[in-house]
Amino acid sequence: MTIRVELPQHLRTLAQVGREVQLDVAAPVTLRSVLDTLEAKYPVLRGTIRDHVTLQRRAFLRFFACEEDLSHQSPDAPLPDAVVSGKEPLLVIGAIAGG
Amino acid sequence: MSKVRVLVGTRKGAFILTSDGKREKWDVTGPHFAGWEMYHLKGSPADPNRIYASQTSGWFGQIIQVSNDGGKTWEAPGGGMPAPGDGGMPPKISNKFVYDTSAETGKPLTTHQWYDGTQHPWEFKRVWHLEPSLTDPDTVYAGVEDAAIFSSTDGGKSWHELAGLRGHGTGPKWQPGAGGMCLHTIILDPSNPKRIFIAISAAGAFRTDDGGKTWKPINRGLHSQYIPDPKAEVGHCVHHVAMNPKRPNVLFMQKHWDIMRSDDAGDSWKEVSGNIPTDFGFVIDIHAHEPDTIYVVPIKSDSEHFVPEGKLRVYRSRSGGNEWEPLTKGLPQKDCYVNVLRDAMAVDSLDKCGIYFGTTGGQVYASADAGDTWAPIVRDLPAVYSVEVQTLS
Repeated sequence: MTIRVELPQHLRTLAQVGREVQLDVAAPVTLRSVLDTLEAKYPVLRGTIRDHVTLQRRAFLRFFACEEDLSHQSPDAPLPDAVVSGKEPLLVIGAIAGG
Repeated sequence: MSKVRVLVGTRKGAFILTSDGKREKWDVTGPHFAGWEMYHLKGSPADPNRIYASQTSGWFGQIIQVSNDGGKTWEAPGGGMPAPGDGGMPPKISNKFVYDTSAETGKPLTTHQWYDGTQHPWEFKRVWHLEPSLTDPDTVYAGVEDAAIFSSTDGGKSWHELAGLRGHGTGPKWQPGAGGMCLHTIILDPSNPKRIFIAISAAGAFRTDDGGKTWKPINRGLHSQYIPDPKAEVGHCVHHVAMNPKRPNVLFMQKHWDIMRSDDAGDSWKEVSGNIPTDFGFVIDIHAHEPDTIYVVPIKSDSEHFVPEGKLRVYRSRSGGNEWEPLTKGLPQKDCYVNVLRDAMAVDSLDKCGIYFGTTGGQVYASADAGDTWAPIVRDLPAVYSVEVQTLS
């Protein structure tokens, strides 16, 4: 299945990609399988979204799709059908900081 | 004709300044890695076009960047696709800094003291300082937060901890300062390839004489009133240490408070603050050709991290400490409230020796006459974290 992932600007620059990347991800499509595929295709992103060792989401990043915050769901939970079908992208978003 | 290349790390990117040996006109490129915190950039003495850079972010973590053409182009080593000759093996991971664990138990080697006095595990945050080998362009050391030293022997593609530093026994007494618990200074001894000096805030200075297998604290003579035992073996907030390669047994230190000198490779220290108006500060460096000519930038206090009286003054000692003179010509002498951070001063090796430093106000000042006169060579950059200089023939 072709999954669409939108990256924040700094990670686009780092991976030398545009706003959205498309990934062929084998079922089941989960946060873990999408991020594993993303990091395999763009190794420079390893460690920038998840910790190298624990694979925990970095604290200031969030995952959204279909207007839902998926950041706290299990990495092995299925992603929404609209993401699996390619209708909607999975969004990797940097937390907004400042005052 | 000699050239000078100045590598500037800032809060929002890196900048590279070049000039000929006159050091009057400067070309500026950048920002490289715009928007990222660039803690440190440093060129290899063995191959000046090889430059290592620490790119970091609270959002995205640590990246190591390497240039092989003097900073024109950069790559994150090991971050690409598997090379055809690698047999499909995954690439090495250049931003993976993982602390060693106990071989017997698999548990962390040690813990350190947290702000509330409890013990806390080491957690990697960023690379503060990169120190390329004096002889091998592919070998480089990294000083990191939480404090540890790592090395790479493959041009930054992979990193391994020199765990004897944390494992020697005093780790549980180390504690973070306000800026975190960082290993910020790495000095390689040109006369002894097995000897390395490092410094940590707030643990102190340490030395290895066996290439990094074992380490010992070298803090005898330091006196820090803000810790329970002012003369403790560790716990001192060392801000920076400098060595002139021509006299590697003599070290100068800017401690949180106090300017210190060692004539025995750190085995003992004596204070040389002398007549300086305030001995709080961060940077310290040494003239390239005169090992007893020292430079510091006094900062008002540890609660007011800016220069005293609104005047930016470099102080120079030509006597190895104790007797200091203010250098002001060309530096702002009113309404100036900048800081100069610990890795933000460097010297070139031309004759006359050039001195360079960067401020949190975004200026980089240079003197082409050993400090007698100064001028900004770039201004209005983001806050400057680090300044390194390469003298190119």
